[in-house]
Amino acid sequence: MEKLLKELTAAYGPAGHEEEIREVIEEQVKDYVDSCYTDTLGNLIAVREGAGPRLMVAAHMDELGLMVTHVDENGFLRIARVGGVVPHILVGQRFVFSNGTAGTINHEKIDELKELEWSKLYLDIGCSSREEAAEKVNVGDVAVYDQEFKNLGQRYLGKSMDDRVGCAVLVETIKRLPRQLPQEVIFVFTVQEELGLRGARTAGYALEPSYAVAVDVTRVGDTPESLVMDVSLGKGPAVKIKDSSLITHHGVREIMFSLAEKNGVEYQREVLERGGTDAGSIQLTREGVPSGVLSIPCRYVHTPSEIVDKGDVENAVNLLEQLCLYPWKEV
Amino acid sequence: MLLLEKLVSASGVSGNEDEVRSLLKSELEKKDTGYRVDTLGNILVENPEVEQQGPPRLLLAAHMDEVGLMVTSIEDGGFLRFDKVGGIDDRVLVSRKVLVGSKKTPGVIGSKAVHLQKPEERKKNLRAEDLYIDIGVKGKEEAKKYVQTGDYVSFYSPLQELGHSCYKGKAFDDRAGCAILWELLNEGRLPPFHAAFTVQEEVGLRGALVVGNALDLDMALIVETTSASDVPGSKEHEQVSRLGAGPVLSIMDASVVVDKGMLDTLIRVAEENEIPYQFRGFNGGGTDAGALSLSRAGVKTAVVSVPARYIHSPCSIINREDLHYTRKLVELFVKEVKGKK
Amino acid sequence: MQLKDCLQELSNARGVSGNEGEAQEIIEKYLKQHVHEVKKDVLGNLVGYKKGGGRSRNKPRLFFAAHADEIGLMVTRVEEEGFLRFTTIGGFDPRTLWGQEVTVHGKNRLWGVIGPRPPHLTTTRERKKETRLEHLFIDTGLPPEEVKNSVNTGDHVSINRDFTQMANRRYASGKALDNRAGVAALLLFAEELARFKHVSEVYFVFTAQEEVGARGALTSTCSVEPDLGIAVDVCHGNMPRTRQDETFELGKGPVLGHGPNIHPYIFKRLQNTAEENRLPYMTEPHAGPTPTDARSIQITGEGVASGLVSLPLRYMHTSVEVVNLDDLEVMAKLLSLFTASVDKKTVEELRCYY
Repeated sequence: MEKLLKELTAAYGPAGHEEEIREVIEEQVKDYVDSCYTDTLGNLIAVREGAGPRLMVAAHMDELGLMVTHVDENGFLRIARVGGVVPHILVGQRFVFSNGTAGTINHEKIDELKELEWSKLYLDIGCSSREEAAEKVNVGDVAVYDQEFKNLGQRYLGKSMDDRVGCAVLVETIKRLPRQLPQEVIFVFTVQEELGLRGARTAGYALEPSYAVAVDVTRVGDTPESLVMDVSLGKGPAVKIKDSSLITHHGVREIMFSLAEKNGVEYQREVLERGGTDAGSIQLTREGVPSGVLSIPCRYVHTPSEIVDKGDVENAVNLLEQLCLYPWKEV
Repeated sequence: MLLLEKLVSASGVSGNEDEVRSLLKSELEKKDTGYRVDTLGNILVENPEVEQQGPPRLLLAAHMDEVGLMVTSIEDGGFLRFDKVGGIDDRVLVSRKVLVGSKKTPGVIGSKAVHLQKPEERKKNLRAEDLYIDIGVKGKEEAKKYVQTGDYVSFYSPLQELGHSCYKGKAFDDRAGCAILWELLNEGRLPPFHAAFTVQEEVGLRGALVVGNALDLDMALIVETTSASDVPGSKEHEQVSRLGAGPVLSIMDASVVVDKGMLDTLIRVAEENEIPYQFRGFNGGGTDAGALSLSRAGVKTAVVSVPARYIHSPCSIINREDLHYTRKLVELFVKEVKGKK
Repeated sequence: MQLKDCLQELSNARGVSGNEGEAQEIIEKYLKQHVHEVKKDVLGNLVGYKKGGGRSRNKPRLFFAAHADEIGLMVTRVEEEGFLRFTTIGGFDPRTLWGQEVTVHGKNRLWGVIGPRPPHLTTTRERKKETRLEHLFIDTGLPPEEVKNSVNTGDHVSINRDFTQMANRRYASGKALDNRAGVAALLLFAEELARFKHVSEVYFVFTAQEEVGARGALTSTCSVEPDLGIAVDVCHGNMPRTRQDETFELGKGPVLGHGPNIHPYIFKRLQNTAEENRLPYMTEPHAGPTPTDARSIQITGEGVASGLVSLPLRYMHTSVEVVNLDDLEVMAKLLSLFTASVDKKTVEELRCYY
């Protein structure tokens, strides 16, 4: 699991540019599923065939990034955010492009931290002219956090745990599932979640699932003077009740609770005040899809240093496996 | 470019695109081009050959609506209070001539005379709620002869040539796109494509949402107008695009990540044909591409824009060369993607 | 049905977004007497279907939606001492929550009050700051163990407030009149429609999750595929210190919405129906998408011709909302007359409107 998570978090794949991470995941799962394909927007769809209802399980492949909007004559790059990146955590951070070009963020002279706006930030890739920079990078290219994966003992530290940890949970589950399933299960590694739950929407429309479960990270309330939130790291995966994108379906939620209890999987109940997941999109496709969310508690979401707990990840796999084995009823 | 002049002098605030639609409908009818208008008012020009020829089934789209105002109440003195329809910077509103309602009653946007304002008041920008439209009547009763609440209000700003190669006017966003689309529909030698003139883009891409549900598409190219900010005070990296530097290619905006294959084709076609082009140096703002790309099971989309200074104001400026090259690029793109399978 | 009794029952019923069950039960009780079929869908929308008269095959399909959900709260944490932290479901102003009585929907229902720290123990400066959610908590008065046994993170909380008929018996106050007033008007319309001939298939839809983003209307419109869809909701009534043009007087009839979100033909047609039948009404311009189910209805499928009728209501999103019963009756009458007037030609006219 550690090796898998390390490989997945290391792969390049900002929202809208998921080619590399998609290849990595496809390589991992293709021998364990009946078919595997990529749709128009770039979602990777891995199908485990079966009779009966159709369960869609989604985790998003995309990560945050910075897009180059301008290259100046001295070779500095100006940038805009791709997804929910905030300026104040960027200064001094390293970023890397898909071709390996690396750089660091800094800012124009400012008097106070609150003046730190996007137009004041730039990315220095060590070039001294526009021409030199243009050999490495073009306007429109996107850079991602350059951070190494670390094992902290009981916890993992790294970039893009959101939502590569969810992808890892799906991959691991796919590998563990037995030959026979009580229904068709379609695993979807979605694109552009960070830009507004986009990939899940078109995949949800195309696949017409009977039920959907999204696997994503959630925030925690167990750090010093943090927001009020009843989810902690290390107390098991969380079953979402509400976030800004959806109120999860009662039926789906109850099945998740009861499977966790029956199988002795420690879990938490999640109410996330701000933030959304792919399930929010899927739930509203066509005439509505009963949807739930399995969340992996994660500290410092959207920063270059996100932390997840090994036990939580392991238990998320256990619970997702049970969800795939559970005989879902026809709607 | 006669049509562009007609198009920008028409009023077409989001939700009230009637005048623009009628104009386009009659032009289409003159050329015997078949079309239908849907429940929201979008014009769909569906070409049956698109289905026959198969993928990629391409849609070209431009939006008919413009930003404007709506009358919310008539005060006792006959002055009109209003809301903004679409995104308008409050600072461009004061001291404007406007046309109110279907009768196009002329009015002006007034504010308390500067002499009567206290020094503190002068330090603040005028907000929309401080302003009102004066149509020159004695009171509420007389005003009601000309105006009702809910009437749409559009800026008055006739098209004018400016300098050697520019036009000044309102609503280039996106009548410029409409004009280009109309010309391409009349370009006989092009491979078949669908076209849509959409409504309500400025209030949330609402027309394009239902167009995407109605048509079975593989690909959509949006012909838009985007902000050029090559003006004093804007640093080079804050300019978004520059006037006269050719069509603007979006890479990403708040509503869409442009399909890479389509973008590559656009760049290649431009370079092969010596068409100047620029990238949109900004990833905010939204276009119909956002709605279309997420319709049904997903559609590949790209956006080509004419750069315009002072967009969403009564006095925006576009460049004729940009217009010409944008049209040419879109035309060559259609030939390219439909020409080879 | 007795309008006042019906509204009272509806207002007192619980139905926070995502948990509309109790309110929907009461609605179903009234609704099933007047329709041929009642269904509930995935998101919790309740859909009543009434057949149209005549033998024609392509009957117009009319869709009327009133949202059944109300705003509420949700427990985010049970503190060691048994106090409950919470977030809002839908747009509550935290400043209106001080000292409100609530019902916590845990394993069993618990009564509680929303407490802040008392004024005596706070500084003048603290008191001047606006109340924010993090200053508030729910106190059930129970020992911590009992609270923990009964209440869990994610349990929803509804506001308590008894329905009250006011000095003038046509005025009523209560919680959740946004949009139970609309629901009652729609039920009254369903009842009245029995006295009219209509060729249209009529769908009475009581939507879920409007207050969290008009979600129920999106999926229900998609399954019904109507020719036209009208949202029945509330708008701001006149109150002291508000601008005349932003608010509407109570007792002067329903308010017809217009603007980009509304099909001009539907607006006009509703207006004509009111004029011809001498029903009082007012109009409200909306410069963009309306904060109602009409926002979703319009953009489903290939587009649906949408309308909006609203009831003036004072103190929206508090527990003491006020409406006027006459307005509900006029609205029911207006919708009945409108429905009776719709035929195949109407749909034709709509199709070639633009």
